[in-house]
Amino acid sequence: MTLRVAISDDALALACGADQVAEAIARAAPDADIIRVSSWGMHWLEPLVEVDGIGYGPATVADVAAILDGSSRLNIGKISDHPFITKQQRLTFARAGITQPLDLEDYQATGGWLGLAKARELGADAIIETVTESGLRGRGGAGFPAGIKWKTVAGADGPQKYVVCNADEGDSGTFADRMLMEGDPYCLIEGMAIAGLAVGADKGYIYVRSEYPHAIAKLNAAILASAHIVAPFDIEVRVGAGAYVCGEETSLLESLEGKRGEVRAKPPLPALEGLFGKPTVVNNVLTLAAVPYILANGAKAYADYGIGRSRGTMPIQLAGNLKYGGLFETAFGITLGELVTDIGGGTQSGRPVKAVQVGGPLGAFHPASDFHLPFDYEAFTAADGLIGHGGIVVFDETADMLSQAHFAMEFCAAESCGKCTPCRLGSVRGMEVLDRIKAGGRVAADPVESLPQMHNAPKQGRSLDEELSLITDLCETMKFGSLCALGGFTPYPVMSAIKHWPEDFGASADMVKDKS
Amino acid sequence: MDKAARLEEIVAAHVGRDGPLLPILHDIQAEFGCVDEQAKRYLAGALNLSRAEVHGVVSFYHDFKAKPAKLPVLKLCRAEACQARDCDTLVKDISAVAKDKCEIETVYCLGLCSVGPNAMVGEDVHARLDVQKLTQLIEAL
Repeated sequence: MTLRVAISDDALALACGADQVAEAIARAAPDADIIRVSSWGMHWLEPLVEVDGIGYGPATVADVAAILDGSSRLNIGKISDHPFITKQQRLTFARAGITQPLDLEDYQATGGWLGLAKARELGADAIIETVTESGLRGRGGAGFPAGIKWKTVAGADGPQKYVVCNADEGDSGTFADRMLMEGDPYCLIEGMAIAGLAVGADKGYIYVRSEYPHAIAKLNAAILASAHIVAPFDIEVRVGAGAYVCGEETSLLESLEGKRGEVRAKPPLPALEGLFGKPTVVNNVLTLAAVPYILANGAKAYADYGIGRSRGTMPIQLAGNLKYGGLFETAFGITLGELVTDIGGGTQSGRPVKAVQVGGPLGAFHPASDFHLPFDYEAFTAADGLIGHGGIVVFDETADMLSQAHFAMEFCAAESCGKCTPCRLGSVRGMEVLDRIKAGGRVAADPVESLPQMHNAPKQGRSLDEELSLITDLCETMKFGSLCALGGFTPYPVMSAIKHWPEDFGASADMVKDKS
Repeated sequence: MDKAARLEEIVAAHVGRDGPLLPILHDIQAEFGCVDEQAKRYLAGALNLSRAEVHGVVSFYHDFKAKPAKLPVLKLCRAEACQARDCDTLVKDISAVAKDKCEIETVYCLGLCSVGPNAMVGEDVHARLDVQKLTQLIEAL
């Protein structure tokens, strides 16, 4: 019997040396049937080699001989029985680790195209009703109900409409979009085709960030191979150009039109006047990829997962200083503590966890006292945070929260599109205030503020307490005055850092009590 | 083939596409390593845009460079997840090695956030970097 060896060709596995391991196996066992599959999402084990169902990882070229004769100490047993996998509820990532990403037969054999067939049978109105009933909300971060968005586009006038997939996954700590595009591209294509049927669009764009060349290549190949199945729906991949703000939907549309990625004011909503002024559905990769399951299995099957108004599952991304990082798809409701401690295994460095940033660079930092929070849109909002795109970045006790707050402002300054003042200027002023806080508050008066025209400026410098009040005030302005989430959410990491770790700012807990 | 003719060819390959400027700019950047004054002037004429509009787009995006890189470019992620895995110390330790061998470009996130610090050279990605691995990578450029 030929040996069946499966190794992932996901970018993360490649970065960890999967190609070299695969080549070594091909040399050592020329008769083996080596296939390249998607990644299971157990990233600490990559490159993970599967030999007749048994997993070995993280494998190096030196381990190959022992892996092939079964004596390797990297043996983790049957991969599908691994606790990291059995604890999950994988709906969107059901094929992860199992199928070959571009193999149409694999896709069909694992329930592919059933959702699209069902959608064709149901027709537009019933598709939208099903998606609405499933409770699916936008997985990009805003959490807007997908069914309502689709209904708005479906109801808009016009012969030309578009489906745009937002694959500009710029948040640090997130990689689920990338894994899906590389590991199961047909699932995204199917989801887009269903969206097209629902709203009456025949053209779709996938806007992928340029940092994901592997995803771009897989998508292009998959679109070509499946064009006859989704026809007359037509999909084109467009590549971003390194601007974080283009993950914001209106900025993304500007960029797709070939312009500077400057945010648009809303209204008009993109659903009514989107790409090239036409009604446009803009959804995240994970939102669209959840749709085939919902259509194939019914709204209830999806809505049965989750809590409160957060229905279904969320592919959560465990990243940063974690022992067991990777992709963990589960129903809403799991607590932050379970994710970090039980699933993630605590920090890789072995030091205690200091802060957990949830939701990317614009998400709040949570201390261990927030570990009871259930993963749910509303629960995180109530705790002055957000779940965003579901990325979790863990920091150990060596993290300096003043530096992290400063980085948040610096990042906003670097990536601001420049259209609105609170974001463009506020981020730079925020960096300056944090620099002064680092120096212990300003002692000398600022020459500009001392000018007679500057009526409201203090004439003898500011104390630490006053600097903290100033940044609180600035964050308030950015939060409510910015056009989009970049300027509007940068205050989350900054204020949460001040609130939970005042000592890193040289302040006492009393000093920050009334500031948040 | 001279540059003007090549520019013409690149633009011609995108005829009929809606909003073609970004794909064209990507092709120009890939071919010449930069989007220079000549390219911007040509594009303005070819796409019926003002030079200011073209310059505005080119200068907005980090991927488009005004001049080609003199040394091989190594993109190193310095976003939060890699910070949590101590990429900042790595950057300090590696600066002497990198000095005249490559240009280290800071990027924010390569999407490999559970196995950082990470880097990308061309389309090749590298994870779990430490000083030793990164030094080897730079030496091999």
